[in-house]
Amino acid sequence: MPQTAGTLDSQQKTTSRRPAGTLYRGNTGMWSWVLHRITGVAIFFFLLVHILDTALVRVSPEAYNAVIAQYQTPIMGLGEVALVGAIVFHAFNGLRIILIDFWNAKYQRVLFYVVIGLWVVTMLGFVPRHLINVFSH
Amino acid sequence: MTTTIEAPRSPYSRSTKKSGVNWEKWGWIYMRVSGVVLVVLIFGHLFVNLMIGEGVSALNFAFVAGKLTNPFWMVWDVIMLWLALIHGGNGMRTLVNDYATTRTSRGILKVAILVSVVSLIVLGTLVVFTFDPCPAGAPADLVASFCTSL
Repeated sequence: MPQTAGTLDSQQKTTSRRPAGTLYRGNTGMWSWVLHRITGVAIFFFLLVHILDTALVRVSPEAYNAVIAQYQTPIMGLGEVALVGAIVFHAFNGLRIILIDFWNAKYQRVLFYVVIGLWVVTMLGFVPRHLINVFSH
Repeated sequence: MTTTIEAPRSPYSRSTKKSGVNWEKWGWIYMRVSGVVLVVLIFGHLFVNLMIGEGVSALNFAFVAGKLTNPFWMVWDVIMLWLALIHGGNGMRTLVNDYATTRTSRGILKVAILVSVVSLIVLGTLVVFTFDPCPAGAPADLVASFCTSL
């Protein structure tokens, strides 16, 4: 049907309860973008804390060991799983963004599933070994 | 008196100045270049500190002393520090531009990001290059084994 001036066809489509397929909304493009932002903010705030706690090596061995012991508790051990999960997603999805920018945007959806697949494989390699290190000491 | 009226439906132009450095473009390039390097540096950092040996439960002052007296890890950590903080700070700047609605709040938040990034880069760099692995008076069981063999 040809578009006629004065109608709100396209707007009505995108504001209906089930929006038509746009590049981002409700799709892999949107969720990868949302996750990239959330993981990025989380990693940034961890980085601020992590530089401060590492700087304690300049204060005294006792001060550094007291703080690093907190990273070795079971609760923080689970937090490290979340942190590494966020970093691995942000890393692989960042490489996906670079491929979209410099290679070909039409593969963005399949690349998102590649990111998820690589994330699962990486976490399967990391999580069991890390949890053994946390809970067996 | 004549007034020049712009032609209707002419495309919006962000700025008329054509000279000068396009900082947003270089920021965009920086995020991609530093991102690729950071994947290597941070994956290596996580592998050495969390996967090798007993992982997180082996971390202590002596472990850090072993790394921060090795020029390879000093350079690794300082490059990672600078690239990651600037990458993260620029990412946070993007979020502030997207979500902070007033000019004042954007200004305050971006100054806070700048202050955090600059002060932590200075702190981290100083820590790496002024680190003393065998501080005077430290208990022998807390420092690296090479401190007592000297």
